[in-house]
Amino acid sequence: MRSLPRAFRTDAQTSAVKPTGTFATTLSRLWRNPTASFGAALLVLLAGSAVLAPLLALHDPLALVPAERLRAPSHAHLFGTDMLGRDLYARVLHGGRLSLTVGILTAVICSLIGLAIGLVAGFSRLADALIMRVMDGIMAIPGILLAIALATIVGGGVSTIVLAIAVPEIPVVVRVVRGVVLTLREQTYVEAARSLGTRPGRILIRHILPNSLAPLVVQATYICGLAILIEAYLSFLGAGIPPEFPSWGNIMAEGRGFVLIAEWIILIPGAFVAATVLALNLLGDALRDMLDPRTRRTL
Amino acid sequence: MLRYLVQRLMATIPVMGVVAIIVFGLIHLSPTDPAAVIAGDYATPAHVAEIREQLQLDRPIPEQFLAWIGQVLSGDLGDSIFSERPVLQLIMARLEPTVSLALMTILVAVTIAVPIGVVAAWQARTLLDRALMLLATLGISVPAFWIGYLLIFSVALDLGWLPVQGYASLSEGLWPFLSHLILPSVTLGTAYAALIARITRASMLEVLGQDFIRTARAKGLPMRKVLIGHALRAAAIPIVTVIGLGFALLIGGVVITESVFAIPGIGRLTVDSIQRKDIPVIQGVLLVFSAVYVIVNLLVDLLYTLLDPRIRYAA
Repeated sequence: MRSLPRAFRTDAQTSAVKPTGTFATTLSRLWRNPTASFGAALLVLLAGSAVLAPLLALHDPLALVPAERLRAPSHAHLFGTDMLGRDLYARVLHGGRLSLTVGILTAVICSLIGLAIGLVAGFSRLADALIMRVMDGIMAIPGILLAIALATIVGGGVSTIVLAIAVPEIPVVVRVVRGVVLTLREQTYVEAARSLGTRPGRILIRHILPNSLAPLVVQATYICGLAILIEAYLSFLGAGIPPEFPSWGNIMAEGRGFVLIAEWIILIPGAFVAATVLALNLLGDALRDMLDPRTRRTL
Repeated sequence: MLRYLVQRLMATIPVMGVVAIIVFGLIHLSPTDPAAVIAGDYATPAHVAEIREQLQLDRPIPEQFLAWIGQVLSGDLGDSIFSERPVLQLIMARLEPTVSLALMTILVAVTIAVPIGVVAAWQARTLLDRALMLLATLGISVPAFWIGYLLIFSVALDLGWLPVQGYASLSEGLWPFLSHLILPSVTLGTAYAALIARITRASMLEVLGQDFIRTARAKGLPMRKVLIGHALRAAAIPIVTVIGLGFALLIGGVVITESVFAIPGIGRLTVDSIQRKDIPVIQGVLLVFSAVYVIVNLLVDLLYTLLDPRIRYAA
């Protein structure tokens, strides 16, 4: 679901304002959903392999062994070696750390900025008109291209890449949060709180924020997967994270020139990207279905 | 109808205005002097000054913007730093391969995705449905270039059925043209098709629960006729919407697909410009692609009135 065009996604999401129960019941329902538990298991496996990379990988991901270059996968090198003789198994596991970090950071940044802007838009009619025009404009630029342009022009390290990937996705979060606020604003209990003289700040924290969290988590899950995918695209096109740090995207980008003689340099990290994004999308779908009984039947 | 059209056209103006501001602002996001970035590491101060002059970077920003937007509106997207040719001319020269690829991809994606979505909805909650939807989720999760290389290895290299890379114009014959586009359009179309299949299924399921479907079934119409004649028509609007909105995915994917298959289109131009930091070209491509995206979605809006006459009156 993560690639659902941004404008479309939000319409379905705005209706996702439903009582969600406690955190524990949510978890236990997720666990009973076969798609969700498959996604979660896959994710734990992949994240575990990245976290434990220094223990699981026997080789140094950066050690150059020119005599061993472009070796096909074997017992000595589980995933083969790259054009500089570096062990691909070690590089892919270590690369997962950076790729997952980019995914998580992007999701967190998008959520925080999107939440803040969305709350303002939902509360102030004046700001709303302006904010939504700007969001429409950002959404009219194809996301990958905007990320490419930002990454190329601003250039540089991990933080710029995260921002470049995050900016095109922020409008999605803004629209979701704004939708929640607009719906809740008209609810009787919020009306009641307001007429009792509750300050807007308190209404925000007590009523609006908790109800925004569920759809926000769903979006963050999709954005995390999308960010991992876009990191791979940016690196592949030469606009990604500087090559001295192995990320899944970087490993594949370096393998491009050798793809016809050493296809594993691209196919193996690519499979890791695909598996991670699949796991996140399945998890996101399951979460969304749980939070919105209306789409449970259909999507 | 005309009023609706004018209304929709007017609505695109603020959107394109914001797009223009963002695209213009990009160059000022550069942490160092943009002229120096463009000129490269070995540029002389004179060369940097020349670029600053050419891009009018020494004037106040609002003034720069007005000058720039005036140029853009008169069809001048500036000159490439690298080739010194007009950006619009560069884009036009690369138009044919990209348009061919995009059209072919839409054709491939829709022909594959809609039947998959219809079958999945018809067989909802069966093993077949779950398998198809898992496949669709996988389709939006796999990096496009990964699919591209896999296709090159299997279909082009191992089987030798299709050319590995490159582009052939339609003037070189129909088969050379088509054969060069099949693998790229499958590569580019996978995520797009997955998206359309998911929405088709969802939209069909919604419709299949309605009374007129039960009536049609009760009349004794065969399932095939009910599905295609009644349900698919009623389910068309969300499907068409996603075809329009998913166009953004297609445009972004063009850049990756063209670079895997060495197709000399606008995507390839973009990648070359990234490597050369040719910012005017990147800005031009961004502007043109965004305009195309907005226009495609405007057309989709107009298509609604054909699919559902009620929308016309509402407007």
